[in-house]
Amino acid sequence: MALTFKDETFRDDFTFSNSPAAIRRFPFPFVEDKYMYSVNIEPHTTGPEGSVFEFPFDIDEHYVSEMRDRAMVLQEDPARCQALPHMMMAQWDMLELVMMSMARDYPDLFTLTRDGSKWHWVNRPLKIEQTFTFGDASTLPYEPMEYIGRQVQGDFSIQDQRDNQLWMDAGIITSQADWSLDFDVGMNFFEWHGPVPLAHEAGVFERALKFLLNLQISNPVRRLNWTMTINPRLDTSPENYHKWGKDRTTVTPENVGQKVHLRVEMQGLFRLPRSNAILFSIRGYLLSLDQLVTVPKWGRRLHRVLKTLPEELIGYKGLSRYRDTTIEWLSKYDDGAPTSRGGGPD
Amino acid sequence: MSGSLLRRVRVAEVEQVANRIKRFRLVDIDNAPLSEFSGGSHISVVMHSGDRLMRNPYSLMGSPTDTSSYQISVLNCGNDSRGGSKFMHDAVSVGSELEISEPLNLFPPCKLARKHILVAGGIGITPFMSMMNELDALHCDFELHYGVRSLEEGAYCKYLQSRYGSRVNVYLQDQGQMIPLESVLGSQRLGTHMYVCGPKPMIDWALQTAELLGWPAENVHSEQFSAPPPGKPFVVKLAKSGREIEVRGHQSILEALEEHGVDAPFLCRGGACGQCETGVVSCDGFIEHNDHFLTEAERVSGKKIMICMSRIPSGSITLDL
Repeated sequence: MALTFKDETFRDDFTFSNSPAAIRRFPFPFVEDKYMYSVNIEPHTTGPEGSVFEFPFDIDEHYVSEMRDRAMVLQEDPARCQALPHMMMAQWDMLELVMMSMARDYPDLFTLTRDGSKWHWVNRPLKIEQTFTFGDASTLPYEPMEYIGRQVQGDFSIQDQRDNQLWMDAGIITSQADWSLDFDVGMNFFEWHGPVPLAHEAGVFERALKFLLNLQISNPVRRLNWTMTINPRLDTSPENYHKWGKDRTTVTPENVGQKVHLRVEMQGLFRLPRSNAILFSIRGYLLSLDQLVTVPKWGRRLHRVLKTLPEELIGYKGLSRYRDTTIEWLSKYDDGAPTSRGGGPD
Repeated sequence: MSGSLLRRVRVAEVEQVANRIKRFRLVDIDNAPLSEFSGGSHISVVMHSGDRLMRNPYSLMGSPTDTSSYQISVLNCGNDSRGGSKFMHDAVSVGSELEISEPLNLFPPCKLARKHILVAGGIGITPFMSMMNELDALHCDFELHYGVRSLEEGAYCKYLQSRYGSRVNVYLQDQGQMIPLESVLGSQRLGTHMYVCGPKPMIDWALQTAELLGWPAENVHSEQFSAPPPGKPFVVKLAKSGREIEVRGHQSILEALEEHGVDAPFLCRGGACGQCETGVVSCDGFIEHNDHFLTEAERVSGKKIMICMSRIPSGSITLDL
């Protein structure tokens, strides 16, 4: 698929939108008409051509504009990118995995040439060319995680593995759904998942942790997560809550379609070979409800999912203020017809 | 999702490194680069011996950054073992082809440790070979205490002493030398971690010594690859499919299931990783738990079994499979 990069914004005038092709490939997360937490992990293997699952790191039409937004966030708040000192080997692991994947999967856009530890990286969309020594951070303008993190869509955290636990000891997080790396850095798997309702009682996190501790090299896994965001804003961080929290009060029956967005995260988990750490990629996709209902199945199903969503999840995902308005608006698109299984369009 | 993708390798070199220990160097069948790995990792080697299928875990010993080949060491346990190590010694030579899993690390050095004390007994030296390589490259403070029966029985003693100098301490049992564990562990500063690999009695001794000296449990690490202990034949009933499968005396439940084409989950096959945990519906008598994973309460409950290691004395067991 030849990519044309859009020039758009995720703040102020919010010019972001999806092309018809991008709508069709949106990873709609609901496989049935209701939603509950589960350990919905599957192998992160090559998906259908053109889908968001085709490659380990999906690059799409929003790439250039998303990277510009990330640079703005980092400029305003450098604490969005942090790595504890013992994570340097894991940083290099991440840089290698991302560069190798992007150069292999998008050869028209990215080129990596390696001669021993002398590496040459070309990023055509962002007009970057860099020669550096793998393993020597002084040969890059930023530390390795930040260097490649500024050139790949999605947020990333890196988990160190010790004491049969995972510890969030590094990350570059600029487009998060209301959580803070600055707050979570150094926490373990149970600690940073502390605020999640219902799932602890279901034993989800014990099972997920046990699975992840045994995650193998070359066998990455993925899952989908979701929430909703008012306006196509990438940076819905606690640090900037004063800027976006009030947006939730602006939803009216007239503007639901433009304002309310389904936000889906395709989360990938990769064992990093040298450091034995785990790379967690959080690749976000936004879709306005106006655009979502162009797929009739999605309009029907989202209406039903929101109607039956448990109270705890409504609160946790921050939907309380506009859920009823949104359900009312979506009801126009739900004729009661049965929906097919799976998330894809019919 | 059981096990992992396998890679075909060819044996490029075999060397007798001690009386009963051979070193094998493995290269990708197409000479493709292998995955890098972290210090302390192991691979599983798949062996087809007659009609038997075995998968034994062996620690990777080479440099973690060397992607041209993997190196493992195998102690020949002779006729008293289940045959995996004997097969490697007798039937595998230069040019032989094998299948291996991707590396898995259940014994990683703690990156926050201020110092690492490595305690090895006999063939238990193997995970420390790659670990020392990594710690040395990262300029970490470590020392090795390595007990062997004799110089002839111990692998890599000379090599390790020449490479790491005074950081390596070798103790020869036939000279009456013992690892002075109490004094070693009794005089370490805070933030030191201890790692032990060797025969079970040695691991138990090291863990107890550390506990008695007041070491925090999270600073003490051990790895033991034990083969599933043999026993008498018994029958496994599968609740979901209604099948009945006989487990022979020298087989594990997992091996019997695989022989009959049942896709059961597994990873380390040494009772350590927890991947093969299986629900027990009913059972004749008590389960012989041979794993290092289940808690004491879980063992007593009789509701769970690690099918790679554990068995029952006789009769039948019904699994939630």
